[in-house]
Amino acid sequence: MAALAISDTPDGRRMLALSGRLDANSIRRVWAEGRAAIAAAPGQRVVVDAAKVDYCDGAGIALLVDLIAQRKAGEVQVANLAPAFETLLQQFDPHEVEQDQDPPPRRHGTVAEVGVIAAGMGQDLRDQIVFVGETTSALFYALLHPASVRWKDVWRICERVGADALPIVALISFLLGVILAFQSAIPMRRFGAEIFVADLIGLAMLRELGPLMTAILLAGRSGAAFAAEIGTMTVNQEVDALTTMGLDPVRFLVTPRIIAALLMTPLLTLFADLISLAGGAITLQSFSIPYVTFVHEVEGIVDYSDFMAGFVKSFVFAVLIAGIGCLRGLQTSAGASAVGDAATRAVVSGIVLLVAVDGIFAVIYFLLDI
Amino acid sequence: MAPDASAAEPPAAARQAGDAIIRVRDLTVGYGDLVLLEHVGFDVRRGEIFVILGGSGSGKSTLLKHMIGLNETTAGSVLIDGEDIVTASGDERRAILRKIGVMYQSGALFGSMTLMENVRLPLEEYTDLESGEIELIARMKLSLVGLALFTGHLPAEISGGMQKRAAIARAMALDPMILFLDEPSAGLDPITSAELDALIKRLSRNLGVTFVVVTHELPSVFAIADRVIMLDRRAKGIVAEGDPRRLRDESQDRWVRQFFNREPEAVAT
Repeated sequence: MAALAISDTPDGRRMLALSGRLDANSIRRVWAEGRAAIAAAPGQRVVVDAAKVDYCDGAGIALLVDLIAQRKAGEVQVANLAPAFETLLQQFDPHEVEQDQDPPPRRHGTVAEVGVIAAGMGQDLRDQIVFVGETTSALFYALLHPASVRWKDVWRICERVGADALPIVALISFLLGVILAFQSAIPMRRFGAEIFVADLIGLAMLRELGPLMTAILLAGRSGAAFAAEIGTMTVNQEVDALTTMGLDPVRFLVTPRIIAALLMTPLLTLFADLISLAGGAITLQSFSIPYVTFVHEVEGIVDYSDFMAGFVKSFVFAVLIAGIGCLRGLQTSAGASAVGDAATRAVVSGIVLLVAVDGIFAVIYFLLDI
Repeated sequence: MAPDASAAEPPAAARQAGDAIIRVRDLTVGYGDLVLLEHVGFDVRRGEIFVILGGSGSGKSTLLKHMIGLNETTAGSVLIDGEDIVTASGDERRAILRKIGVMYQSGALFGSMTLMENVRLPLEEYTDLESGEIELIARMKLSLVGLALFTGHLPAEISGGMQKRAAIARAMALDPMILFLDEPSAGLDPITSAELDALIKRLSRNLGVTFVVVTHELPSVFAIADRVIMLDRRAKGIVAEGDPRRLRDESQDRWVRQFFNREPEAVAT
């Protein structure tokens, strides 16, 4: 343990006698005491007596350097330091400890910071508009030149986006049907209206919850995967390699993913609709409503326009999920957390956009009386 | 700071006396507000191995990115075979990019593709050759870099040195006039590094390709370079240009001598 004894000599010098072990675990107290002792003796010469120091590592040397630097050169001296430690101390000039030559990073005031953030959001918006333009152009090109599409990639991505997502979509949709049925059947039983639960599940799932829940699941699953995959390619300079080969990263990376999402999201939505209806039908068995009654009731209330209202949305959701995932991936910057950040941003902005667009659909359907 | 002209005389080899295939003029290099190099200019001659040297953070890789059009350039021009990549867009830029190949520091092979598929990709995108013909060309390119037996491997299944050689094979797929190599020796052991140097020399000699290499590995520089430029962060420009051996032995610039002789800037006593 380090210790510090402070005394004044008859000839007017202040003595700081250090003893024990000077390392990072033991010097905190003596460091503060030493500084205070020097500050409390203005005008006095100071001698730091290190005769009883048993051990001194880099932290101990930093303590000595700091004590010397408290005053002008020559006013604080270190005496009796063992030669091995003295060699260490000689490595540093206490009055000229090297500082970073680069200017410190510029810090903005509050107002400027708000401006910087606003400019960043504006830039992000511009990037999104440019990306929408590039993607639209690439999709039209793919439509006119189907041979230019890398179909091998499309099928590979289809498998990951569609087939691999079936279990989770099935589970969530089934549970959604079950929960919706239970939650609505219990209060409706009071009025003897359990039969209308089938109407509720049919309309809610096909028009709204089926497409939206499937899209949110895909945003969390495939949107994040797209962002992470393309983000990793960006960090590994694979996107740069494409660019310098003269190959458009949007055509090469984004188009196959959007096509795959466009093919798979509506199918998954249909699947989710069916499974959730099955969940509702099974639940209503416990309320004495047989399958045939359930099916008959759903057929009676849900018409073609209800089905299409949900189905059409799933195409738009597909473009949103894949587009935002790819955009965030291409925007990935450098650094250890960059890919994770890209995936997070893809999921967050994907879900926000999905809900916002779903709201717009609701208004349009209301105005069109669909 | 003006470039050190003491060793600027070109080597005698005939192929190095070629005309300039790249002309960089008045180029300012950096990111956003950060300027790394100001108003730099130099020529790369047809067929030579031209090395861009400099300490860490001196702007070597950033200069390379400006030269291949990856970074937006605000001032200056980079003429590649007479066409300015800075102002070119669309088809013009694609035409310029067809003349160059790039090997990135990490190799940047596409991880989901085999070596064969990586090398096939530019051929599939740019030519209308039959699949079998593309296969043959890709196999020959991989053979040139000694990877004929690894065509079915994924990048993750081969060593770092092999990945870099495969990246060179991919960069050569369309027989470019110029190959840009960013830190080819980075992260490689001395033997693999020497093998890569030998490969670069061999490709330069046999195929007549112009190489622009960014590195700070001195053994590689002395092994391959016909001519070097040396960048310095403090000078924000080129501080020396010429034959590396002559620069090492004859340069009057203290920092250049320190660099070539691997002397630390400040020796603690």
